[in-house]
Amino acid sequence: MNQQRRSLLKYSAIFGLMASAGLISVAQAQEWNKAAFEGKSLDDVFKILGASSPDKSSAVTLNAPDIAENGAVVPVGIVTTLKADQMAILVEKNPSSLAAQFFIPAGTEPFVTTRIKMGQTSNVYALVKADGKWSMAVKEVKVTLGGCGG
Amino acid sequence: MADPMRVRAAESGGIVDVKILMKHDMESGQRKDAAGKTIPAWFISTINVKANGKDVLNGQFGPAVSKDPFLNFKYKGAKGDKIVVSWVDSKGDKRTDEATAS
Repeated sequence: MNQQRRSLLKYSAIFGLMASAGLISVAQAQEWNKAAFEGKSLDDVFKILGASSPDKSSAVTLNAPDIAENGAVVPVGIVTTLKADQMAILVEKNPSSLAAQFFIPAGTEPFVTTRIKMGQTSNVYALVKADGKWSMAVKEVKVTLGGCGG
Repeated sequence: MADPMRVRAAESGGIVDVKILMKHDMESGQRKDAAGKTIPAWFISTINVKANGKDVLNGQFGPAVSKDPFLNFKYKGAKGDKIVVSWVDSKGDKRTDEATAS
Protein backbone atom coordinates (compact mmCIF):
# COMPACT_ATOMS: atom_id res chain seq x y z
CA MET A 1 0.00 0.00 0.00
CA ASN A 2 2.67 2.39 1.08
CA GLN A 3 4.86 1.35 -1.81
CA GLN A 4 2.09 2.10 -4.28
CA ARG A 5 1.45 5.50 -2.84
CA ARG A 6 5.10 6.32 -3.07
CA SER A 7 5.40 5.42 -6.74
CA LEU A 8 2.23 7.37 -7.51
CA LEU A 9 3.75 10.43 -5.90
CA LYS A 10 6.90 9.95 -7.86
CA TYR A 11 5.01 9.70 -11.16
CA SER A 12 2.86 12.72 -10.56
CA ALA A 13 5.99 14.71 -9.78
CA ILE A 14 7.56 13.61 -13.05
CA PHE A 15 4.44 14.43 -15.05
CA GLY A 16 4.26 17.82 -13.43
CA LEU A 17 7.81 18.53 -14.48
CA MET A 18 7.13 17.37 -18.01
CA ALA A 19 4.06 19.57 -18.29
CA SER A 20 5.89 22.65 -17.11
CA ALA A 21 8.81 21.90 -19.41
CA GLY A 22 6.36 21.56 -22.30
CA LEU A 23 4.71 24.84 -21.47
CA ILE A 24 8.00 26.64 -21.35
CA SER A 25 9.05 25.40 -24.77
CA VAL A 26 5.75 26.51 -26.30
CA ALA A 27 5.81 29.97 -24.77
CA GLN A 28 9.47 30.64 -25.38
CA ALA A 29 10.07 28.94 -28.70
CA GLN A 30 10.32 32.41 -30.13
CA GLU A 31 11.35 34.77 -27.38
CA TRP A 32 9.71 38.15 -27.91
CA ASN A 33 12.39 40.57 -29.00
CA LYS A 34 11.69 43.22 -26.36
CA ALA A 35 14.64 45.44 -27.25
CA ALA A 36 13.68 45.60 -30.91
CA PHE A 37 10.04 46.43 -30.19
CA GLU A 38 11.04 49.14 -27.74
CA GLY A 39 13.45 50.76 -30.19
CA LYS A 40 12.27 54.34 -30.60
CA SER A 41 13.84 55.17 -33.93
CA LEU A 42 14.50 53.35 -37.18
CA ASP A 43 18.22 53.31 -36.49
CA ASP A 44 17.67 51.71 -33.07
CA VAL A 45 15.65 48.90 -34.60
CA PHE A 46 18.03 48.42 -37.52
CA LYS A 47 20.89 48.07 -35.07
CA ILE A 48 19.07 45.54 -32.88
CA LEU A 49 18.01 43.46 -35.86
CA GLY A 50 21.57 43.53 -37.14
CA ALA A 51 20.65 45.50 -40.24
CA SER A 52 22.88 48.54 -39.90
CA SER A 53 22.05 50.02 -43.30
CA PRO A 54 19.68 47.92 -45.39
CA ASP A 55 19.83 48.54 -49.15
CA LYS A 56 16.74 49.56 -51.03
CA SER A 57 15.88 46.72 -53.34
CA SER A 58 13.39 46.39 -56.17
CA ALA A 59 13.06 42.71 -55.21
CA VAL A 60 11.12 43.78 -52.12
CA THR A 61 7.57 45.02 -52.61
CA LEU A 62 5.64 46.83 -49.92
CA ASN A 63 1.89 46.86 -50.45
CA ALA A 64 0.34 49.72 -48.53
CA PRO A 65 -2.26 52.37 -49.38
CA ASP A 66 -1.16 55.88 -50.45
CA ILE A 67 -3.69 57.36 -48.09
CA ALA A 68 -5.05 55.65 -45.00
CA GLU A 69 -8.26 57.24 -43.83
CA ASN A 70 -8.10 55.44 -40.52
CA GLY A 71 -4.65 55.12 -38.96
CA ALA A 72 -5.92 52.42 -36.61
CA VAL A 73 -6.21 49.92 -39.46
CA VAL A 74 -3.64 50.20 -42.25
CA PRO A 75 -3.28 47.09 -44.41
CA VAL A 76 0.39 46.37 -45.09
CA GLY A 77 1.86 43.52 -47.08
CA ILE A 78 5.39 42.43 -47.95
CA VAL A 79 6.25 40.31 -50.97
CA THR A 80 9.71 39.52 -52.21
CA THR A 81 11.39 37.45 -54.87
CA LEU A 82 14.36 36.94 -52.52
CA LYS A 83 14.69 33.79 -50.43
CA ALA A 84 13.58 35.55 -47.27
CA ASP A 85 13.86 34.02 -43.84
CA GLN A 86 12.86 37.13 -41.90
CA MET A 87 10.59 40.06 -42.60
CA ALA A 88 9.79 43.14 -40.55
CA ILE A 89 7.40 46.06 -40.82
CA LEU A 90 8.55 49.41 -39.43
CA VAL A 91 6.78 52.74 -39.15
CA GLU A 92 9.17 55.66 -38.90
CA LYS A 93 7.04 58.06 -36.86
CA ASN A 94 5.30 55.63 -34.52
CA PRO A 95 6.28 55.79 -30.82
CA SER A 96 8.07 52.47 -31.35
CA SER A 97 9.17 51.88 -34.90
CA LEU A 98 8.90 48.11 -35.17
CA ALA A 99 5.31 46.94 -35.76
CA ALA A 100 5.78 43.27 -36.52
CA GLN A 101 8.47 40.77 -37.36
CA PHE A 102 8.04 37.44 -39.11
CA PHE A 103 10.22 34.35 -39.32
CA ILE A 104 9.72 32.42 -42.52
CA PRO A 105 10.78 28.76 -42.47
CA ALA A 106 11.70 26.96 -45.69
CA GLY A 107 8.56 25.96 -47.60
CA THR A 108 6.69 29.12 -46.70
CA GLU A 109 6.27 31.77 -49.38
CA PRO A 110 7.96 35.15 -48.73
CA PHE A 111 4.57 36.81 -48.54
CA VAL A 112 2.90 38.29 -45.46
CA THR A 113 -0.03 40.66 -45.08
CA THR A 114 -1.29 42.17 -41.85
CA ARG A 115 -2.82 45.36 -40.52
CA ILE A 116 -1.03 47.95 -38.42
CA LYS A 117 -1.70 51.18 -36.54
CA MET A 118 -0.11 54.47 -37.54
CA GLY A 119 -0.09 57.57 -35.36
CA GLN A 120 0.49 60.00 -38.24
CA THR A 121 1.62 60.26 -41.83
CA SER A 122 4.93 58.46 -42.05
CA ASN A 123 7.25 56.35 -44.13
CA VAL A 124 6.58 52.63 -43.78
CA TYR A 125 9.55 50.29 -44.20
CA ALA A 126 9.42 46.69 -45.31
CA LEU A 127 12.59 44.85 -44.31
CA VAL A 128 13.54 41.47 -45.70
CA LYS A 129 16.46 39.32 -44.61
CA ALA A 130 17.68 36.88 -47.25
CA ASP A 131 21.03 35.08 -47.29
CA GLY A 132 22.07 36.99 -44.16
CA LYS A 133 21.57 40.37 -45.80
CA TRP A 134 18.80 42.90 -45.19
CA SER A 135 16.99 44.65 -48.03
CA MET A 136 14.10 47.03 -47.83
CA ALA A 137 11.33 48.93 -49.55
CA VAL A 138 9.90 52.23 -48.36
CA LYS A 139 6.57 53.89 -48.95
CA GLU A 140 4.96 56.97 -47.50
CA VAL A 141 1.45 56.44 -46.17
CA LYS A 142 -0.64 59.53 -45.49
CA VAL A 143 -2.87 59.21 -42.46
CA THR A 144 -5.90 61.43 -42.11
CA LEU A 145 -6.98 60.10 -38.70
CA GLY A 146 -4.31 58.88 -36.25
CA GLY A 147 -4.58 55.45 -34.69
CA CYS A 148 -2.28 55.68 -31.70
CA GLY A 149 -3.60 58.48 -29.51
CA GLY A 150 -6.93 58.63 -27.71
CA MET B 1 -9.90 32.86 -21.92
CA ALA B 2 -9.64 34.84 -25.08
CA ASP B 3 -12.18 34.63 -27.87
CA PRO B 4 -11.58 32.12 -30.66
CA MET B 5 -9.70 33.03 -33.82
CA ARG B 6 -11.01 32.60 -37.29
CA VAL B 7 -8.66 30.56 -39.41
CA ARG B 8 -9.18 29.86 -43.11
CA ALA B 9 -6.85 27.84 -45.28
CA ALA B 10 -7.41 27.19 -48.95
CA GLU B 11 -5.12 25.09 -51.14
CA SER B 12 -4.57 25.93 -54.80
CA GLY B 13 -1.78 24.61 -57.00
CA GLY B 14 0.28 23.23 -54.11
CA ILE B 15 0.19 26.51 -52.19
CA VAL B 16 -1.96 26.88 -49.10
CA ASP B 17 -3.25 30.40 -48.49
CA VAL B 18 -3.83 30.93 -44.77
CA LYS B 19 -5.90 33.79 -43.39
CA ILE B 20 -6.11 34.34 -39.66
CA LEU B 21 -8.23 36.79 -37.74
CA MET B 22 -7.33 36.96 -34.07
CA LYS B 23 -9.64 38.50 -31.51
CA HIS B 24 -7.62 40.83 -29.30
CA ASP B 25 -7.85 44.45 -28.16
CA MET B 26 -4.15 45.14 -28.88
CA GLU B 27 -4.01 48.01 -26.39
CA SER B 28 -1.09 50.18 -27.51
CA GLY B 29 -0.10 51.69 -24.18
CA GLN B 30 -0.48 55.14 -25.77
CA ARG B 31 -4.18 55.69 -25.12
CA LYS B 32 -5.59 57.42 -22.08
CA ASP B 33 -8.82 56.63 -20.28
CA ALA B 34 -11.50 59.15 -19.27
CA ALA B 35 -9.55 60.05 -16.13
CA GLY B 36 -6.42 60.83 -18.13
CA LYS B 37 -4.54 57.78 -16.97
CA THR B 38 -2.58 55.82 -19.54
CA ILE B 39 -4.14 52.47 -20.34
CA PRO B 40 -1.32 49.92 -20.05
CA ALA B 41 -0.21 48.10 -23.19
CA TRP B 42 -1.72 44.67 -23.74
CA PHE B 43 -1.13 42.96 -27.04
CA ILE B 44 -0.40 39.66 -28.75
CA SER B 45 3.38 39.35 -28.72
CA THR B 46 4.14 36.06 -30.41
CA ILE B 47 2.28 33.91 -32.86
CA ASN B 48 3.13 30.48 -34.20
CA VAL B 49 1.51 28.61 -37.06
CA LYS B 50 2.11 24.92 -37.63
CA ALA B 51 0.95 22.71 -40.49
CA ASN B 52 0.95 18.99 -39.68
CA GLY B 53 3.16 19.72 -36.68
CA LYS B 54 5.80 21.66 -38.63
CA ASP B 55 6.38 25.41 -38.23
CA VAL B 56 5.17 27.38 -41.25
CA LEU B 57 5.29 30.85 -39.72
CA ASN B 58 6.53 32.52 -36.58
CA GLY B 59 5.66 36.11 -35.92
CA GLN B 60 6.29 38.72 -33.28
CA PHE B 61 3.93 41.62 -32.87
CA GLY B 62 4.40 44.97 -31.20
CA PRO B 63 1.53 47.10 -29.91
CA ALA B 64 1.39 48.81 -33.33
CA VAL B 65 -0.46 45.89 -34.88
CA SER B 66 -4.15 46.73 -35.29
CA LYS B 67 -6.92 45.62 -32.96
CA ASP B 68 -8.15 42.14 -33.89
CA PRO B 69 -4.98 41.33 -35.84
CA PHE B 70 -5.28 39.94 -39.33
CA LEU B 71 -2.60 37.80 -40.92
CA ASN B 72 -2.35 36.33 -44.38
CA PHE B 73 0.49 34.15 -45.66
CA LYS B 74 1.14 31.22 -47.98
CA TYR B 75 3.10 28.00 -47.71
CA LYS B 76 3.72 24.92 -49.82
CA GLY B 77 1.21 22.35 -48.67
CA ALA B 78 -1.73 20.16 -49.55
CA LYS B 79 -5.44 19.80 -48.95
CA GLY B 80 -6.20 18.28 -45.56
CA ASP B 81 -3.17 19.82 -43.82
CA LYS B 82 -3.93 20.34 -40.17
CA ILE B 83 -3.15 23.95 -39.31
CA VAL B 84 -2.66 24.95 -35.69
CA VAL B 85 -2.40 28.64 -34.80
CA SER B 86 -1.31 29.73 -31.32
CA TRP B 87 -0.61 33.11 -29.84
CA VAL B 88 0.68 34.42 -26.53
CA ASP B 89 0.00 37.96 -25.38
CA SER B 90 1.99 40.34 -23.22
CA LYS B 91 0.09 39.23 -20.10
CA GLY B 92 0.83 35.58 -20.81
CA ASP B 93 -2.67 34.71 -22.04
CA LYS B 94 -2.75 32.06 -24.72
CA ARG B 95 -5.08 30.86 -27.39
CA THR B 96 -4.81 27.99 -29.86
CA ASP B 97 -7.16 27.22 -32.72
CA GLU B 98 -7.12 24.71 -35.53
CA ALA B 99 -8.27 24.52 -39.12
CA THR B 100 -7.94 22.11 -42.01
CA ALA B 101 -6.72 23.21 -45.42
CA SER B 102 -9.43 22.87 -48.04
